Amino acid sequence: MTIAVGREEVIAQKGIGRFISDMLVIAERNLIALVRIPQSLFFSSVQPIMFVLLFRYVFGGAINVPGHSYVDFLMPGIFVQTVAFGSIGTAIGLAEDMQKGFIERFRSLPMARSAVLAGRTTADLVRNVGVLILITIVGMLVGFRIHTNALAFIGGMGLILLFAYGLSWGFSIIGLIAPNTETAQVMSFPLLFPLTFASSAFVPVQSMPGWLQSFANNQPISILVDAMRALSNGGPTAGYVVKSLIWSVVILAVLAPYAARRFRRSY
Amino acid sequence: MSFAIEAENLVKVFKGGVRAVDGISLSVEAGTVFGLLGPNGAGKTTAVRILTTVVLPDSGKASVLGHDVVKDSEAVRANIGLAGQFAAVDENLTGLENLRMIGQLTRLGRKRAIQRANELLEMFELTEASRRIAKTYSGGMRRRLDLAAALLHSPPVLFLDEPTTGLDPYSRQSLWNVIEQLVQDGTTVLLTTQYLEEADRLARLLAVVDRGKVIAEGTPSELKARLGSTVIDLEMGDEGQAEAIGRLLGEKTGKNPRVTGLKVELPLERGPAQVRELLELMENADLMPRHLDLREPSLDDVFLSLTGHAAEVTGEVAK
Ligand SMILES: Nc1ncnc2c1ncn2[C@@H]1O[C@H](COP(=O)(O)OP(=O)(O)OP(=O)(O)O)[C@@H](O)[C@H]1O
Ligand SMILES: [Mg+2]
Repeated sequence: MTIAVGREEVIAQKGIGRFISDMLVIAERNLIALVRIPQSLFFSSVQPIMFVLLFRYVFGGAINVPGHSYVDFLMPGIFVQTVAFGSIGTAIGLAEDMQKGFIERFRSLPMARSAVLAGRTTADLVRNVGVLILITIVGMLVGFRIHTNALAFIGGMGLILLFAYGLSWGFSIIGLIAPNTETAQVMSFPLLFPLTFASSAFVPVQSMPGWLQSFANNQPISILVDAMRALSNGGPTAGYVVKSLIWSVVILAVLAPYAARRFRRSY
Repeated sequence: MSFAIEAENLVKVFKGGVRAVDGISLSVEAGTVFGLLGPNGAGKTTAVRILTTVVLPDSGKASVLGHDVVKDSEAVRANIGLAGQFAAVDENLTGLENLRMIGQLTRLGRKRAIQRANELLEMFELTEASRRIAKTYSGGMRRRLDLAAALLHSPPVLFLDEPTTGLDPYSRQSLWNVIEQLVQDGTTVLLTTQYLEEADRLARLLAVVDRGKVIAEGTPSELKARLGSTVIDLEMGDEGQAEAIGRLLGEKTGKNPRVTGLKVELPLERGPAQVRELLELMENADLMPRHLDLREPSLDDVFLSLTGHAAEVTGEVAK
């Protein structure tokens, strides 16, 4: 058995260069895992497809919507719901890393510590791009059409991705707090359920009881869905888009630094 | 003399008031192996975590190669390798991918990281499995992969937390060889272990830790000399006899024999030479054992003699 004598030449990297390089390494690792774990691939792609089919063919007939057909009403809601549920993956993945001693190892390496969270949220962003493209195609297959133009649609997708990115940072806090993956999941659902279902994602808010309407009309998921719907189906957009942008920026500006601080202090 | 690792009065209290590390001080000479020996819950892992900048101490000071673990933690991390108690292996990556990732994060650059990864996979006899995902690895293989990860940038200071727990005797042997080789090349190693045998074989100096405190320090032979090199195990016909023989041997040797049920255990200061003396004593008192055994002292025996309580009990109390 032979052992290399002498120390390794290490690359003197500091600051932003090191941060970006480490972030990419972590993101790559998480994307490899995403593709290799069948459950996570199912969770992030098959499940949203099932939601499309469920609402399109099972519930859709019973839901009356103003304007275009139900599938055109539905798809913007599905896009947002998909990325929102996807952020549970951030919480679970991070909780697993904590539980398995991975974060401990990272903390002992000469890497940019902030890259651990940034890498994971970046991987989730890439995953969301892929899933949104997939869902759009599935939507097209079941009758979804864009009534504005490609640019407006892509702009709407950008809005959704920005929101999802902020949400990933938010859910990484749960991943840091939860003692294990099961708890991370249990903690995430009660947050997401009211936000996605008591929203304009699947049914018109007007069909809900009055007390629920005031919540459903003003929460960020509804606003984002309304913005996407306007950008895809036509109609006045500016109000929703600006409000949604504000929500996303505030979520990101508050939760990302908090998550990063929590990560630094979690030991 | 230059110390590669120094710690002074380290304290770490966890939520709920557990004083996991309660005033540990130690100095590790460069180029040597230092062993932290202690039972479950003694605070070994917590001490290692502080020294590797994974957790912050509540008070006290520590440095690695002169770099303060709190104020200059970046410099510490650039110079250490850590193999934690539980193998931090990414199950979804192959062995090679695992090492490449850690190599990149320890600033080797992608190309060099892959080269180094292959070298280490070879060294730990994992080459054949290097392209399989780690989920398919056995416990011992994961352990070896984890150790390889700690060696990627050939760090001058290495922390190994119970490195051979879960390894078969062959793998344990070859890991011991690796550690000895690394030390010959000038690496400083701090390792924790529950095995006296391992500490004996590898460590120049040992600190015995219990309930967050260093309760004894010295070379392995010094510690064993304090204990006696041999332990005699007796099994008596009934419990009354066991207690009687315990008292008798206690008076005669000035030590504190451990009596549990029919069993009596006693460390012998003068080794096997003392056996005949004790046998005569027992014969005269008409207290002959049903069964007699001589063995090497275990960690438990060190504990009993150093603390007056058994190792398992410590773990309970600490919880
Ligand atoms: N994160 C934590 N939060 C609360 N208590 C902790 C934490 N980590 C360790 N402890 C407690 O601190 C004490 C020392 O634990 P530590 O893991 O350092 O012991 P150890 O000597 O490594 O034990 P073992 O041989 O079982 O690995 C134990 O009582 C443990 O329960
Ligand atoms: Mg431990």
